[in-house]
Amino acid sequence: FLGAGGGNDIQWCFSQVKGAVDDDVAEADIISTVEFNHSGELLATGDKGGRVVIFQQEQENKTQSHSRGEYNVYSTFQSHEPEFDYLKSLEIEEKINKIRWLPQKNAAQFLLSTNDKTIKLWKISERDKRPEGYNLKEEDGRYRDPTTVTTLRVPVFRPMDLMVEASPRRIFANAHTYHINSISINSDYETYLSADDLRINLWHLEITDRSFNIVDIKPANMEELTEVITAAEFHPNSCNTFVYSSSKGTIRLCDMRASALCDRHSKLFEEPEDPSNRSFFSEIISSISDVKFSHSGRYMMTRDYLSVKIWDLNMENRPVETYQVHEYLRSKLCSLYENDCIFDKFECCWNGSDRQVIFNLTIPFFLPLPYSIVMTGSYNNFFRMFDRNTKRDITLEASRENNKPRTVLKPRKVCASGKRKKDEISVDSLDFNKKILHTAWHPKENIIAVATTNNLYIFQDKMN
Amino acid sequence: MFVRGLKRKCFDGEEDIEGTLAGIKAIPSYNLQRQSLLDMSLVKLQLCHMLVEPNLCRSVLIANTVRQIQEEMTQDGTWQMINTQSTGQASLDRLVSTDILCRSSREQAEGKHVPGYSTFNKDFEGDQTQDSSEAMSTAASVQAPRNLQSNVWEMENPQENKGTFQKSLDQIFETLENKSPNAVEDLFSEVDNSYYDLDTMLTGMMSNSKMGHCDGLETFSSPTTTTSNSNCKSDLNELDHIVEILVES
Repeated sequence: FLGAGGGNDIQWCFSQVKGAVDDDVAEADIISTVEFNHSGELLATGDKGGRVVIFQQEQENKTQSHSRGEYNVYSTFQSHEPEFDYLKSLEIEEKINKIRWLPQKNAAQFLLSTNDKTIKLWKISERDKRPEGYNLKEEDGRYRDPTTVTTLRVPVFRPMDLMVEASPRRIFANAHTYHINSISINSDYETYLSADDLRINLWHLEITDRSFNIVDIKPANMEELTEVITAAEFHPNSCNTFVYSSSKGTIRLCDMRASALCDRHSKLFEEPEDPSNRSFFSEIISSISDVKFSHSGRYMMTRDYLSVKIWDLNMENRPVETYQVHEYLRSKLCSLYENDCIFDKFECCWNGSDRQVIFNLTIPFFLPLPYSIVMTGSYNNFFRMFDRNTKRDITLEASRENNKPRTVLKPRKVCASGKRKKDEISVDSLDFNKKILHTAWHPKENIIAVATTNNLYIFQDKMN
Repeated sequence: MFVRGLKRKCFDGEEDIEGTLAGIKAIPSYNLQRQSLLDMSLVKLQLCHMLVEPNLCRSVLIANTVRQIQEEMTQDGTWQMINTQSTGQASLDRLVSTDILCRSSREQAEGKHVPGYSTFNKDFEGDQTQDSSEAMSTAASVQAPRNLQSNVWEMENPQENKGTFQKSLDQIFETLENKSPNAVEDLFSEVDNSYYDLDTMLTGMMSNSKMGHCDGLETFSSPTTTTSNSNCKSDLNELDHIVEILVES
């Protein structure tokens, strides 16, 4: 009677939306990355204009048990500026490609943010008191005439309005010839990796003038280039293990103990091609756009253009599960190639933790149940969730039309062909400019952040 | 919104009108689609984001697609056919196939007037902020039957056009096959120096000296295009001459 899933399906409700209302999207406001910190209290977004906006969850209101705290702006800062590479006569975009939080060690918060070329370590700290009563300075900072000082006093801290300051503590630059697509912090919390199209570098968080190259797939002759690195991540528990995915649909697992340069993988994960689905676009749609380890580290998830795959690290020859995100697009690949949508890089994410405590009034005690759900985005501002236990999936839409908090979101359905039922949307009506590339799941609760082009939606489950 | 997707298995003709007639009719349709995919891919490879480095992953994937098509066409023997086919017919066929695959229904609905394939690069150079995919779809949606000027252009310079197309294809595959390292480096390197030359080849004429100052497709009305095409060779020589002078000084 305590079966997993079943009556415990999550009912998602709209909670908040952040960002401009008008349809005219300013290029700089396009959200390029979304990430919760380790406690879930902070939610960071990066945009094409190089800015980072951090939202903080309000402390839960004890009287309002129906909803969790809302997220409000905590800090905004310009992380990266546009640069010009004079040698190559090319601009370096300030767009934030990825943000990764460090686990909190003291009162301040730290995150890594990166654009195409440079990674920065930012410290976000609060100031809510200031010293007053200096002997030698006036309150406004001017120095007093020493002859007027006749008494001594000890300065005291007095409360002030909360100020959140962001300051760049480290800048890791000049290590990438190609565009950085991933950063991943090691489980030792001292090192991290950064990956571009052809190389992966290992850094120490304290050292900015040196990095170690651990993967290099650049061929001696560039004309032989047929494959690039698309994503990379450290294993959540083994500090010597990382994976990287490629544009040919392969994932390589590497062990840094084996050699300094991990060009030879320890494991190669690849699913043989389905000959019945072969087309000129097969390779393009097999290109992996994101790879994420599960919290336990036993599994990893990859996202290619049409599907999400779950791999068991112990089995290299095929994934253990495959979920179709939008199979109805398979017959439209030529058009999607023409308008470049086929190159869209969708991300994917796991639910917060492998186990979840379910609050259910019908059960007299609380039991942690296995709970594994994966989420990814699609077009028309749709996003999809796949429950690995029940094998059920759901399509939801991030739109301002479902604006009422605590109203359960209506599942959506795309009609691939034939007669369109009521409330279904036909493939040809989908808006391919409205794509959800970035989603994030709160590490502890059923709260999700979904980024449309320039808006951030926050949904949470309906609390009974 | 979408036209049919291109798949090998659908060349069996389930969706294509020509394919409903079994046998010979189905095969040219597949070839046309494949050819237009090749054209589209070559144009995509050419597109160079003037200010920002092109996306290497995208370039590699497109180049691999081009290579796949070339391999298949070599096996089929159709690669040789490009040289032997009658010139005008081949050019028209190419335009038609591009039209079928690449015209989006949205373009049709808006009744956009698209002058011609040859004007593609001018349009792109003129508007550097224009999204590359937009430029692609507008240029590629040549309405061949209704667009006399493009046909005229093809007729007038069929020899040159076919020859230069073949030359450009060869150049691209040479670069891919490790014969001219510098050009290949350009394909994938951050600065695409070969852009200008490829551009010349594929359009069959140097972009007019108005490069970078194009006002968009609206400026290309039929009378000027026909006359300017016939002048293109002299323009070319003139421009060469000017460049020579500049370089020497």
